[in-house]
Amino acid sequence: MATATVTMPQLGESVTEGTVLQWLKRPGDAVALDESLCEIETEKVAAELPSPFEGKLGEILVPEGETVDVDAPLCTIVETAGASPPGAPSLPRRFRRRTRAEAPAPGADHSRAGVYSPVVQRLAERHGIDLAAIAGSGRGGRVTRKDVQAVIDEREREAAAAEGIPPAAAPPPLPEGEVVPAPEEATVARSDAWDAVPLSPTRRTIGENMARSTREAPQAWMMVEADVTGLVALRERERERFSGVDLTYLPYFASTVAHTLTDFPELNARWHGDELRRYRRVNLGIAIATERGLVVPVVPNARDLSVAGLARRIDDLVSRAHAGKLRIGDIEEGTFTVNNTGAFGSIASNPIVNHPQIAIVTMERVVRRPVVVEGDAIAIRAMMNVALSFDHRALDGAEAGAFLAALKERLEALR
Amino acid sequence: MPEVSVLEAVRDTLDEALAADERVFLLGEDLEAGGVFRATDGLAGKYPGRVLDTPLAESSIIGITIGAAHYGQRPIAEIQFADFIHAGFDQLCSEASRWSWRTRGEQYLPMVVRTPWGGGVHGGQHHSQSIEAYYAHMPGIKIVAPAFPADYRSLLKAAIADPNPVLFLEHKRTYRLIRQEIEGAPAEDRIGRARITRRGDDLTVFAYGLMLHEALTAAEELEVEGVECTVVDLLTLNPLDTETILEAARATGKVLIVHEDTLTGGLGGEIAAIIAEHAFEDLDAPIRRLAGPDIPPVPFHEVMEASFMPDHAKIVGAARELAAW
Repeated sequence: MATATVTMPQLGESVTEGTVLQWLKRPGDAVALDESLCEIETEKVAAELPSPFEGKLGEILVPEGETVDVDAPLCTIVETAGASPPGAPSLPRRFRRRTRAEAPAPGADHSRAGVYSPVVQRLAERHGIDLAAIAGSGRGGRVTRKDVQAVIDEREREAAAAEGIPPAAAPPPLPEGEVVPAPEEATVARSDAWDAVPLSPTRRTIGENMARSTREAPQAWMMVEADVTGLVALRERERERFSGVDLTYLPYFASTVAHTLTDFPELNARWHGDELRRYRRVNLGIAIATERGLVVPVVPNARDLSVAGLARRIDDLVSRAHAGKLRIGDIEEGTFTVNNTGAFGSIASNPIVNHPQIAIVTMERVVRRPVVVEGDAIAIRAMMNVALSFDHRALDGAEAGAFLAALKERLEALR
Repeated sequence: MPEVSVLEAVRDTLDEALAADERVFLLGEDLEAGGVFRATDGLAGKYPGRVLDTPLAESSIIGITIGAAHYGQRPIAEIQFADFIHAGFDQLCSEASRWSWRTRGEQYLPMVVRTPWGGGVHGGQHHSQSIEAYYAHMPGIKIVAPAFPADYRSLLKAAIADPNPVLFLEHKRTYRLIRQEIEGAPAEDRIGRARITRRGDDLTVFAYGLMLHEALTAAEELEVEGVECTVVDLLTLNPLDTETILEAARATGKVLIVHEDTLTGGLGGEIAAIIAEHAFEDLDAPIRRLAGPDIPPVPFHEVMEASFMPDHAKIVGAARELAAW
């Protein structure tokens, strides 16, 4: 029995390489002449590859998803007795030139390269590892748990080296002897017990800012609830007419906060050691949760923008924040911060002041609740909690409470 | 420190139990003369009237044991060979296992049934069987099958102290084969705990009894090739120590379960199911079982018996394949 090799065909004149999309046969499967072996995609065309031989599929040399040059061996076919020898006239003309009978190189078995065990998939996902990039040491080129672990360990070593942290000492070897006392606590391999996640620059900055704020600024908190039934209706009406971006509650809220601050300049300020700087403009920070962590870009001079203008400006900041394309100018000189915690479903939260700003306000989820209204009647209203944390060094509860009351009044007036 | 064999560990523990508690007594075939394996050697003379010979009737032996436990005694029965225990199956499974349930926990049966089990001694079909799987299916009967003398000491002591029926399996091949330095009283231990005896990161081998020793020998041979094994001594077969089993399985993601009991319906299937159910996402290879072949008797002929029994060479072969998977 001869073994023949099937190679990557040239699908189009200028095509130099092709990608194996999917194998339609498995090693050991019987293959008839011209029966499809696999799907191939090139920059020009996708096609099924007919077998130039009759026999059994021997080995798959190119795993699914891999791109190889034209003429690169794709698989071997073990020809059954009586089948045409390679190069015989019965072969389709277009493949004859590129097929040759030969034994595959030893150790070139990649038949299991794309098959991943549960633990390999889980580790790869958790650590963001591209499995296709790992040369598997298992049978048939399978990527094993240890292969993935080696990549993770290597990353940890690199991260530790970058931080100047010496690598963790290996656990001492078990003493010689037949019986080893059972350890009291689980001593699973350390990588099984936890995963080291190196801190991204964003994460590090958030951590430093939060720690500094709680360390330096004694913070107090209060909350009011606002009846935003009118705002809900208003937004529903305007949302239909609004085009380009989705109109959320946030622009209304940002606008209301900015205008309320006009009457409360003591909250639109930054703490600078021995002085408090009150700002004439409201540069409104908008807290945005991104995949990389929390960022707080600023809408400068928020009072000058209409609700529609705020909606577009915030939308721009949000999309650039998610894309990681905020510029330094976008995040500087905020004077007051708004956090839309209601987007997470929260109905009450206790934010940390965005130091050196002195106050931060959250808008919580709008919920329909029965409330007591005028005339001791009970009505279903759209209610929203508004919470404020402030730096107690800079102002006291009276001013903060007055600000919240004014904010509530303005919110309830929207309709 | 003195070296103690498995057999001596059993005898010493029985001796101590007889000395410590008036309610403890032994019953079984040929016990007064010391028993066929000499596990009760000298005890009949030392504790007159408390080491009792019985007729060759296993159902009666276990039935009497149950009755004595009802009456507040602490009986320890010996079934001469585990192969004979099935004559008492109904007593164990239909009576002993359920007593505390039937009485809503008001009464217990503090009884132990000791019995030598396993092959590798050219004992032929009536003196070589593994019987654990039949009884491990029965909730209410604890099953202990240690491998090392120190564990025989502490777990037999724990079995005697246990308020529920315990089937204590003593691998007859290890009786004189396995020795260990032990000093003084047995260490405190409890039934229901497996032990990770060796740690390696390539694969995990589960075994008990004689097979645990074969697994440890195999692990040493594999170490030379660069294959590092975690080896777990199951110790208690019912209830299984799920926590340790899962910890050890997760540590490597590759699992080899070894027992000399026949494959189908053996404990390997249960252990494999526990791992598949709870540690699926930690598996790196299909779970592999290495067990006696599915034929009724352990053969008598030396060559055939060797072919039946898993041993370190077979474990090395299976482990190699698994490590390379």
